[in-house]
This record gives sequence, structure tokens and C-alpha cells, in this order.
Amino acid sequence: MNWDALATYGPRMLQGLVVTLQLVAISITLGALLAWPVALARMSRSRLLRGVAFGYMYFFRGTPLLAQTFLVYYGAGQFRVQLEAVGLWWLFRDAFFCCVLTFTLNTAAYQAEILRGAIKAVPIGQREAAMSLGLKPRQIFRKIIMPQALLIALRPLGNEVILMIKGSSVAAIVTVFDLMGVTRLAYSRTFDFQVYLWAAVLYLIVVESIRRIWDKIEHYLTRHLRTA
Amino acid sequence: MRIVKQAAIAALALMAVTGVVQAKEWKNIRVAVEGAFPPFNFVSADNQIGGFDVDIAKAICEKMKAECTFAVQDWDGLIPALQAGKFDAIISSMSITPERKKVIDFSRPYYQSPSSFIAPKTAGIKDTSPESLKGKTIGAQSSTVQAAELEEKYKDSEIKLYPTQDEVNLDLVSGRIDMLFVDKLPGLDWLKTADGACCEFVGTDMPTDGVGAGVRQSDTDLRDQISEAIVAIKADGTYDKINAKYFPFSIWKD
Repeated sequence: MNWDALATYGPRMLQGLVVTLQLVAISITLGALLAWPVALARMSRSRLLRGVAFGYMYFFRGTPLLAQTFLVYYGAGQFRVQLEAVGLWWLFRDAFFCCVLTFTLNTAAYQAEILRGAIKAVPIGQREAAMSLGLKPRQIFRKIIMPQALLIALRPLGNEVILMIKGSSVAAIVTVFDLMGVTRLAYSRTFDFQVYLWAAVLYLIVVESIRRIWDKIEHYLTRHLRTA
Repeated sequence: MRIVKQAAIAALALMAVTGVVQAKEWKNIRVAVEGAFPPFNFVSADNQIGGFDVDIAKAICEKMKAECTFAVQDWDGLIPALQAGKFDAIISSMSITPERKKVIDFSRPYYQSPSSFIAPKTAGIKDTSPESLKGKTIGAQSSTVQAAELEEKYKDSEIKLYPTQDEVNLDLVSGRIDMLFVDKLPGLDWLKTADGACCEFVGTDMPTDGVGAGVRQSDTDLRDQISEAIVAIKADGTYDKINAKYFPFSIWKD
């Protein structure tokens, strides 16, 4: 163990971990909110809405997160004058905001695809049964389709959270001192590979925590499926 | 104690053996450059590497009668890859610093350049002491002397670190950072470009220990041969010719 490096960079790495968690928590939450309208638009009867949603998902799922982050961060830098004119430059000036924006758009595309798949996976008989009971379309969606779809979506959504935690390390490339950013800094000073090992352990702990939380959620949500 | 002694003898024997192996002639040298630090090293549009570092490296190799092959490697990965044996020498404007000397070895310096601040002409910054730059956002390339200096002395300023100098420059132009801290010579080169026209050198330069060729600590023979070659190309005028190609003044360090 390199205790010197741990004493110097250990606390900073924990601060970096907090930044990583904030980044992921905000992006995943906003992404989840955005994913619903996108998923619904994707299944809409309107060709235009379907097309727009398809294009959006196609782009964000089809290009690397790193490229998207660069596009937003350095792309915004090129449009400073225009952004200033509409009073948005102060937002785009901030690297953390640029990352939250990119990650949100990225994860929303994935989450929308997960939701769409989950909604489609609910057996058609469920809808027919609900209709025969005289439920309104809105009620059917909220009370019958959505609860079952969310259960199907739970595991893939957990996957998406985990991918986002690891993917968020690209924030380090655009000057955000997240866990990876601090680790790179520590490595560039100490030239000791250990720091990457510590970072890996911290990421592992976070991912393992998510995994356990997800197990708990699933256990709770599937309580009606278990035989006593 | 006996075990210690035996171990010491074994270690010495091993050193002697490897020493003999190392004293080989360096017929092939794999040289690494970053390729993103004009005018010292860059990759041109037609994928050719060039620049002051590359010309010097070629001159060194010629002096050593060695065949040199070049590799382009990200700045942050240069030292790890050298240690991993991916190449034999870093000739990529790497400043000689105490931290780096702990892990690799350097030849004698082949040039010297101070560190300078660059800010927009409109900013009106005169003083660049840590006190007067309090609260300012300063950018630098990560893992450089400049980044270390900022982290150490400018604790009250916000420091932003980027993978390459190009990105630092971009963010100065877009106004995300108030100023940047860079090796003076590439800074000079950038100020001449269309992007750099916005900006100027401000405040006082900070001296550095010069730039050398980085080699593994075990390759002392290579280090010495490169040092000799640097002195030799200076003596026969090759160095001055290369120098004149890039800068109107001498950057040689005695």
C-alpha cells in the first residue's frame, strides 16, 4: 500500500466519488422522466412523433457517449455568442452541466427503449380483459399495463444504472473531477498504478450496492408472484 | 544475515548480468511522441508526424547510427507505456521534474522553455501572482509541469485540467476558462493562429528545468548515448539548424 498517496489523494477520491454519484443520480432521474414521453411517442399513432422519437433514440444509442459529451461540451463552446444571446451560456460554460445534459439525453434514449420493450411485453390479453371490464384507456395504462411493464423493465433499468455509473467516467475528459478525474490526477502525480485499483474498488462497491438495492426492490415488487 | 547477504550477492550478480545485456548497442530505438503539441510534435493532416521533437529525435538517432521508429501515444500514457516496454524513449517535450525522475530517467536537456500565462487581450490581467489570480479559472494540460505548479501554488484559483493542450486552448477561446498556463513556446505558436489572436501572454514567466528524453531507469546506457548525441548535434550545427527552422531565437539549455 502506498500510504502517502492514500493520505494525499484518498479524501479527494472520496469527493470525486460524491461527484460521480451526483452526476449519475441527476442524469438517471431526469432521464427516467424524459424516457416516458419518448417511449410513448415511439409507440404513438402519429408518424411524425414516431419518427422523431425513433431518430432521437437511434442517434443516442448508436453513437459513443464520449463523442456525445465532446459534441455538447466543445460544440457549445463554438456557439458561445448564440448561447449568450439566448442567455444560456452560463449553463453551457459549466462542464458538470454539459455532462448532466449529455448523460440525461443518452440514458433517456436507452430507458425509453427499455420501457417500450417492457410495455410491448405485457400480454395483449391483459388489455383485452381490462377493456371487457369497462376500464378507460388511461386507467388501463396506469393500473394494468404500467405496473406489469415496470416489473419487466426493472432488471434492464438496473443494468442501465450500472452502465451509467461506469460510463460517467468520461466526465473526467471534460475537466470534471469525478472519481475518474481525481484518479487520473493522482496517477499523473504519483505514477503509481495502485490509484486505479482503488478507483476500481470504489466503483465496484457502488455497483454492488446498486445490485443489492435492486434485489431488494425486485423481491418486494414480486411478492405477489411467490407462493407462500 | 546470511540470507540477506546471499540475496545481496544474487542481486548484484543479476545486475551484473543484466548490465552486460543492457550494454548492447542500440541499433533500433522506438521513440514515442504525443503528437498533439505543435510546434514540438504533431500529426499532420496526411498522418505524418513532425515538429521540433521529431526532428531532434531523428538527428539523435542518426548520430547514434540507430534506426528509429516512432509511435504516437497519449500524453497521460507516455510514462506508463515506456515502463511497460512499448517503446524505449520519450522525446516529446517532457520537462524534467523530480516526480518523473522517481519513475523514469532523463537524458541531458535538449531545450528549455519557461511556463507562461495566456489570457484574452480584453481581460487586462497584469499580475499573475497566486493572490491576484484568486477566484480565476485557470486551465492547463493534465500531467504537465504547469498543472502541477497550478495545483501546488494557486490553491485559491479554480484549476481545470484537460487531456491535450488543444482542448485547453479551445476552452480559453470559448471563455470557459479565464486564462491558461502553458509552456511558453507552444503558447507562442498558438498565439499566431487565428484562434489565438484573441489572446496574449500576461504576467511573469516561470522557469523550468528543461526538457529531456525520457528512458527507463534500467537503460542508463541509452540515456548516456542520447545525452552524448544531443551534445554532438549541438557541436556540429545540426541542432542550430533545426532550432532556426522553428524559432528565431535559441532554445538550447547549457
